[in-house]
Amino acid sequence: MTVAVLDAPRVVDAAAMAVVALVGNPNAGKTSLFNALTGSRQKVGNYPGVTVERKMGRLALPDGRSVRLIDLPGTYSLTPRSPDEAVTRDVVLGAQAGEARPDAIVAVIDATNLRNHLRFVLELRRLGLPMVVALNMVDLAERDCTTIDVARLSSILGLPVVPTVAVRRRGLGEIGAALAPLLTGAVPPPADTAADLVLLQREARVIAATVTTQVGVARAWSARLDAIALHPVAGPVLLGCLLFLMFQAVFAWAQVPMDLLSAGVDHLQKLVTAALPAGDLRSLLVDGILHGVGSVVVFLPQILILFFFILCLEQSGYMTRAAFMMDRLMARVGLNGRAFIPLISSFACAIPGIMAARTIAEPRDRLTTILIAPLMTCSARLPVYAVIIAAFIPNRPVAGVLGLQGLVMFGLYVAGVGGALVAAWVLRRTVTRGPTPTFLMEMPKYQWPAPRDIGIGLYQKAWAFLARAGGIILVSTVALWALATWPKPPAPGSSGATLPAIDYSVAGHIGATLEPLFRPIGFNKEIALALVPGMAAREVAISALGTVYSLDADAEHPEGLVQRLHAAWTLPTALAFLAWYVFAPQCLSTLAVTRRETGGWKWPGFMFAYLFAMAYVGAGATYWAARALT
Amino acid sequence: MTLHLSDLRPGDAATIVAIDHAGVDPANARQLHEMGFDEGVDVALLHRAPFGGDPVMLRVGNMGVALRKSLAAMVVVERAA
Repeated sequence: MTVAVLDAPRVVDAAAMAVVALVGNPNAGKTSLFNALTGSRQKVGNYPGVTVERKMGRLALPDGRSVRLIDLPGTYSLTPRSPDEAVTRDVVLGAQAGEARPDAIVAVIDATNLRNHLRFVLELRRLGLPMVVALNMVDLAERDCTTIDVARLSSILGLPVVPTVAVRRRGLGEIGAALAPLLTGAVPPPADTAADLVLLQREARVIAATVTTQVGVARAWSARLDAIALHPVAGPVLLGCLLFLMFQAVFAWAQVPMDLLSAGVDHLQKLVTAALPAGDLRSLLVDGILHGVGSVVVFLPQILILFFFILCLEQSGYMTRAAFMMDRLMARVGLNGRAFIPLISSFACAIPGIMAARTIAEPRDRLTTILIAPLMTCSARLPVYAVIIAAFIPNRPVAGVLGLQGLVMFGLYVAGVGGALVAAWVLRRTVTRGPTPTFLMEMPKYQWPAPRDIGIGLYQKAWAFLARAGGIILVSTVALWALATWPKPPAPGSSGATLPAIDYSVAGHIGATLEPLFRPIGFNKEIALALVPGMAAREVAISALGTVYSLDADAEHPEGLVQRLHAAWTLPTALAFLAWYVFAPQCLSTLAVTRRETGGWKWPGFMFAYLFAMAYVGAGATYWAARALT
Repeated sequence: MTLHLSDLRPGDAATIVAIDHAGVDPANARQLHEMGFDEGVDVALLHRAPFGGDPVMLRVGNMGVALRKSLAAMVVVERAA
């Protein structure tokens, strides 16, 4: 009786807004369908306690009701191999904290791979939840000369089956229409789900054979592309070219929008300077907030271009080919080709990279991948690299077509990857020693990335970046500005005000205290000072340098940060600073996500210590080598 | 004569006769089934990876799957007629 009373409010709530879960194998086009059904009205968050992304949107049914649609991580079965897949199982079983058991399921299956995807449908059907099957990518099945008897499939399964083409928005209304009569507000109790995998597999094969008519050869197009992409010689060359193109594009394409953003920030600074009287408030707005946040926001175009490439590589199916080609190399350092995908994502940001390592089942393999992910040069280092390179590396052509600045940047990325491989090799022989897991993964067919999916993905990345700029970066910039402003130097004319103003401030004292630690590797007081707020997020170091040098500036030195640095640093110091940033563990968010993913402070602590040691040695070696050569 | 999946050359088609469950750890065996491996399923070896020909890419039924040769050696096949 008590149970019924406690349950009553939930039932009312569910009737108002039922929850429908999208479930399916990876590569079934589930996320495309989710994007098509919900548009950009999505809420992206996390499940409590785990970093699995929780995506929710609203879907309007034809009868006027609305349901909350949740996009669950793709999985091959309800026996999870990774934390991602465990969330899918727990949600459909009603065991996930922070999520009500869904009122219905939409199972997304790939029409060109019925027999495998039907096996999962048969497993899901045993849950006893109301269910609609979205037979996705029917256009590709038609192109493969495959005909599917939808009515027959529906009657065999005993479930409504809706043919869809998510990327062309076909069949969307029919999904709502099929869902509406199933949402009666009463959810049956969880049913027994234990099932023999092999028996389900065989049943699915029989059903698939019964409902499909195949005329001609399937997937000729994908096979022809693979003949090039996986060719023993052309394959690796193509991969190298794609990666190089990606990094060149980040610089070439981003220039114009970055100049525009930068001009916009300058303009705002001038407006505020003109509108306010000189004083602490104007200094806070101009030197603190606008300068600090502005110098980070200008890198948004580069970050978007990088994510654009990564999203395209993922959605086209090429990323798995890259993993396939890299497996052998990864195996040499004790990893798995699968680790290549999180590591490539880490070029955008180590946080999604570390989260993507969840697809690696073997715990030690996964831990090693997490530990080396921060060595992939993330987009937050781009602002740092870009400013230092602009200040110290001449932009002259090399071999006619390539720019020296681009080459140096490429070299920094290569140094990070090299460091990661060495670190993995050492880790797998020491702290994460254990058997090397095998490599087994689906190679999905190639697909044109859908512009809508890329657009929504980029929008979410841009938003996350700007939220960071508005949050952690803004706070640390203002804090640094305050530390660098007070106490003020003695009034002019009195004795002792001979040093730059910043030397009298709290920040100046922190920098002076840290300086002896960093002096052997060529860092000055300003760098030591910038490294402190740079702990919050790497790119803050640039806004910190901007703030420090801008506060330090006077009427005779009104130049931008690039010119200031060029005048203030020697070349060996600049190179050492770059080397430091290749390895340095400077990101609290990365350490925090590592703590969440590894369940304690032990591994983030280890990560910090070993990366700090690598950065110190790397920067020191660079400094002394550069001094010897110049 | 028994033939293993790892013995196939690019372009060869075959049918799976058995999976040597004694030689595969249970998690990998389960994953093989999830990827569509089973007795009686038709397979073809499509590509070998650059740098040493390992792993290999297969067509299993209607699906592309990549795996290392050591695991492919646990799958017994019969060459297609």
